[in-house]
Amino acid sequence: MSANHIVKRADFIFKNENDWEEVLTKSLARTPNELINELISSELKGRGGAGFPTGLKWKLTSELKSDEKFVICNADEGEPGTFKDREILSRVPFKVLTAIALCGYVIGAKQGFIYLRGEYFFLQQELKKAISEFEFFCKEIKYDFKINIFMGSGAYICGEETALFESMEGKRGEPRNKPPYPTAYGYLGKPTVINNVETLAHTFTIFKYGSKRFYDLGVQFSRGTKLFSISGDTPKPGIYELELGMSLSDFVDDFGDDDTKAVQVGGASGFLVPRKKFSGTSIGFEGKLVGISLPTGGSMMLFNSSRSMFNVLDNYLNFFAEESCGQCTPCRVGCQQLLKGIKAVKRGEKPASYLDKLLDLAETMQYTAKCGLGQSVANSFTSIVENFREEMIY
Amino acid sequence: MKPITELVKDLADKHGRDRRNLLPILQGVVEQEKYLSEYSMFEIARELDLPVTEVYGTATFYSFLECKKMGKYIIRVCKTITCSMKGERQILLAIQDMLKIKIGETTQDGKFTLLETNCLGFCHKAPAMLINNEVYTELTPEKIREILGSYLHDKIIGGEHVS
Repeated sequence: MSANHIVKRADFIFKNENDWEEVLTKSLARTPNELINELISSELKGRGGAGFPTGLKWKLTSELKSDEKFVICNADEGEPGTFKDREILSRVPFKVLTAIALCGYVIGAKQGFIYLRGEYFFLQQELKKAISEFEFFCKEIKYDFKINIFMGSGAYICGEETALFESMEGKRGEPRNKPPYPTAYGYLGKPTVINNVETLAHTFTIFKYGSKRFYDLGVQFSRGTKLFSISGDTPKPGIYELELGMSLSDFVDDFGDDDTKAVQVGGASGFLVPRKKFSGTSIGFEGKLVGISLPTGGSMMLFNSSRSMFNVLDNYLNFFAEESCGQCTPCRVGCQQLLKGIKAVKRGEKPASYLDKLLDLAETMQYTAKCGLGQSVANSFTSIVENFREEMIY
Repeated sequence: MKPITELVKDLADKHGRDRRNLLPILQGVVEQEKYLSEYSMFEIARELDLPVTEVYGTATFYSFLECKKMGKYIIRVCKTITCSMKGERQILLAIQDMLKIKIGETTQDGKFTLLETNCLGFCHKAPAMLINNEVYTELTPEKIREILGSYLHDKIIGGEHVS
């Protein structure tokens, strides 16, 4: 790899997985508490986008008494611009399987699931093969653990953890009220750890090398590396493992096409950052980063000056209007009204000031929608309308 | 092709008759039939001892569980932002031109249905589409003609991840 990259590359996730048997055996020889402490001191945060501390999640679930507990690997990767989880599952499946089994050991679960989105059906066969090899080894070392694949059927909302449980229970994928949280009341009402594919793959790295190796990467409050799915107007689209905490201007210098007008950080549910704010924005969880820090599930979509931000927003809102589960009014009606609203302004049927009413509506959705989908529509809506207001009108 | 009643019974034997087995059973019917007819929903409800409204409610929630008759090959073209920026329109035009159907329609011979879908997770290789479970990426009108040509003769060219 060339040393001239502006943003430093890392290589943990896709590095060989040939030693998974050793990592599994050695980790099973440690106490659950040791493993939890390893995760806590690594400061690993969930890589699906929400950033909940992984060690704490495992700890909370391990402390609950229950006849049955579950581990679920969330592979319902549906956020526009994200495609890293598929790559992990096809290139290093044993890392993920090992992590699922170790989580089971820590919390006291005998069964794990991989909820795989319907769009990734083609991964299923290879993954099943890996699982049977994995389970065979578990039997050999007398560790009783089963992993099943549960297929989704084309619903973005099922990536929301409680909607995912509903879906696995044979129902419409409608999010539940929280609390209770999955750690206490998850799949079938049992304590459940649900982690993103990438989060689990990082736990493998942490158990293999120890927490320090991971902790030393990244910056304060945003430790370790992260996979970024890079697409749009870039000469090098693809998946890259980068340290958290980089500044967006370095990112754009590295991955842009010299004409980058804006970057969408975190997919359609994330934020659009215009060129003038690149240098004041860092990628990572809130903390001591330069300027504003934006968390992300790793979706980075670049737009150059040939792109209309109205078309971008229109595309997102169509997406949300279709993928809203329809359960709560703010999201069901809000998404449709935002979409209708920007079209009306564009056509001149509503005055430009109507955009301010729509911004109010987006804010209302942020406060009143039941789940992350409806709440996060305001992220992209507000950041696009505020930064590219003239493009919405003319 | 198994008769629906037998198919549903086999699927229930395989997956179980709990509510939590509903999705795999619905998926199993769609795998063979390409869609869920009213009749198949009745059969599933009867086999699992569920109200048919519950089966209907679940089935209609998921975009890959079609509830109207589909063609043998369901084409789903990704329309989300990156694919839309990288030429989804040209891809749709090429398909429509070749098959003489619009979005949402099925060819006269029942072979192809054309649909749009949301993000397939191949943004770095946009534009992308699925035909049944097979994914095709970095599409161009030329590639479309080649791929659909292979389906027309039932000699399917493999997609992205077929080994």
